[in-house]
Amino acid sequence: MLTVSDLHVSYGAINALSGVSFTIPQGAIVTLIGGNGAGKTTTLRTISGLLRPRRGSVTFRGEDITALPAHAIVARGLCHVPEGRMVFANLSVDENLAMGAYLLRDRERIARNREFVFGIFPRLKERLRQTAGTLSGGEQQMLAIGRALMGDPAFLMLDEPSLGIAPRLIATIFEKIVEINRTQGLTILLVEQNANLALEVSAGAYVLETGRVVMQGPSAQLRDDPQLRATYLGGGPVG
Amino acid sequence: MTEFLQQLLNGLSLGAIYALIALGYTMVYGVLRFINFAHSDVFMIGAFAGYYLGQRVPAGTLAGGLAVMAGAMVICAVLGMAIERLAYRPLRGAPTLNVLITAIGVSLFLQYTGQLIFGATPRTFPQLFPAARLSIGPLSVSSNQLLVIAVALVLMIALQLIVFRTRIGTAMRAVSLNPNAARLVGVNNDVVISFTFGLGSALAAAGGILYAMNYPSIDPLMGVMPGLKAFVAAILGGIGNIPGAALGGLLLGTVETFVGGSAFSTYKDAIAFAILILILLLRPAGLLGRFVAEKV
Ligand SMILES: Nc1ncnc2c1ncn2[C@@H]1O[C@H](COP(=O)(O)OP(=O)(O)OP(=O)(O)O)[C@@H](O)[C@H]1O
Ligand SMILES: [Mg+2]
Repeated sequence: MLTVSDLHVSYGAINALSGVSFTIPQGAIVTLIGGNGAGKTTTLRTISGLLRPRRGSVTFRGEDITALPAHAIVARGLCHVPEGRMVFANLSVDENLAMGAYLLRDRERIARNREFVFGIFPRLKERLRQTAGTLSGGEQQMLAIGRALMGDPAFLMLDEPSLGIAPRLIATIFEKIVEINRTQGLTILLVEQNANLALEVSAGAYVLETGRVVMQGPSAQLRDDPQLRATYLGGGPVG
Repeated sequence: MTEFLQQLLNGLSLGAIYALIALGYTMVYGVLRFINFAHSDVFMIGAFAGYYLGQRVPAGTLAGGLAVMAGAMVICAVLGMAIERLAYRPLRGAPTLNVLITAIGVSLFLQYTGQLIFGATPRTFPQLFPAARLSIGPLSVSSNQLLVIAVALVLMIALQLIVFRTRIGTAMRAVSLNPNAARLVGVNNDVVISFTFGLGSALAAAGGILYAMNYPSIDPLMGVMPGLKAFVAAILGGIGNIPGAALGGLLLGTVETFVGGSAFSTYKDAIAFAILILILLLRPAGLLGRFVAEKV
């Protein structure tokens, strides 16, 4: 569904990505793992059109979207939940959700999406009038994901949804992510530093290191890889 | 007491004009984080548009006056969007200083093009609306003054509705809070920015006509002083804050009028800058503004 090939991205003189390629099949959850500064966020920002690659291309549903502006990419059903959530702090929860459906005109469809989002995150329904900036970190993450779902995406990219959230809530959010994938057939690209968790919920994984893919394969297989365990999974014994 | 009320009314009608101009500064700051110094010259063009359009309608009628005002607002909205498209959009992503200098350039360009086309000699602004002097109790009020307050009030309420109740208004607020997040939900930020310039410039045009009705001589440099004061009003209310700009304008106009009527009347124009300095020292975020730590 999404093919990234040979992406080179730099910030001024700093090379953040030097030839990243991967493919994500329709309906799958695929994860991108890697340490700080590996280039995970840069990869997502390039796919969603916030950054322009120096070289390489992004193909979504057979269409080359490399040069499209960000809003046109969203319009094609590819939605990016950014790192640090980026909810609209001074807008209410309600207005944030409305912004998520910015490109939809059909009121009925918007109402249906709202109900769907409330079904997944009932907490949001209780907080509709609250200013988004005053939500807890976990609630803001729910809002960020809910806002993305309001636009009916076909493909969702999540950048570190577990960042700064209590372990119990992380489990809930990941359950929801899997649930959305199962029930809606939504394809998901999940970026995580929490590799244990990411490999558990995903079908396939790519490991990024200083702007390059250094390892790839089915998640179950990577979970047992001794080298990967040593670097990203705390180095504990297999099992 | 009567004199106090009289002055208050004078102050509010001057302040309403400052408020209309200040809204444009503050809205553009909201979405682009820079001060559009050319805004005061759009205000001037608004007054000249009113002057020329005014010759094409019967003078001194309500319908004619409103039609002229609407026409001038449309002309300035288009002008504002053209300025953004030609001068500022190519600089998107450039350092703020570059954009500020460009804005000063656009401002000078409009002033001196104005002198070339309209001439430098002041012209008398026509009486667009029916004129009358009304007595409300002991107060003597000109219909122009009431009109200024009424029109400004209607426009500010309309603006409030647009910004807080419509889809494009919500998008404006979203862009000003987080431009990248707005793009990621599908907002075309360029369209929103263009709309913001159009809206602010239309308000400036209305302000220009209302100003010219009460201080009835117009010239190509007429925007400089009211523009500076409206800028101070926007800072006073908290730059980027829409209700703040309205409040700042009303306050500044009122204070200035009272100072003008007192023993210190020579300092009438200095008062705005005294307020600016005080605000910058005591409450840099303005009356209603809050400084949010910039995210990096
Ligand atoms: N705006 C920027 N300007 C300059 N360099 C940047 C910028 N953003 C990222 N980088 C650099 O690009 C590299 C990749 O950063 P990126 O944010 O993609 O990493 P990441 O894998 O998402 O890391 P983390 O897990 O810490 O979020 C890093 O070396 C980083 O310092
Ligand atoms: Mg990151």
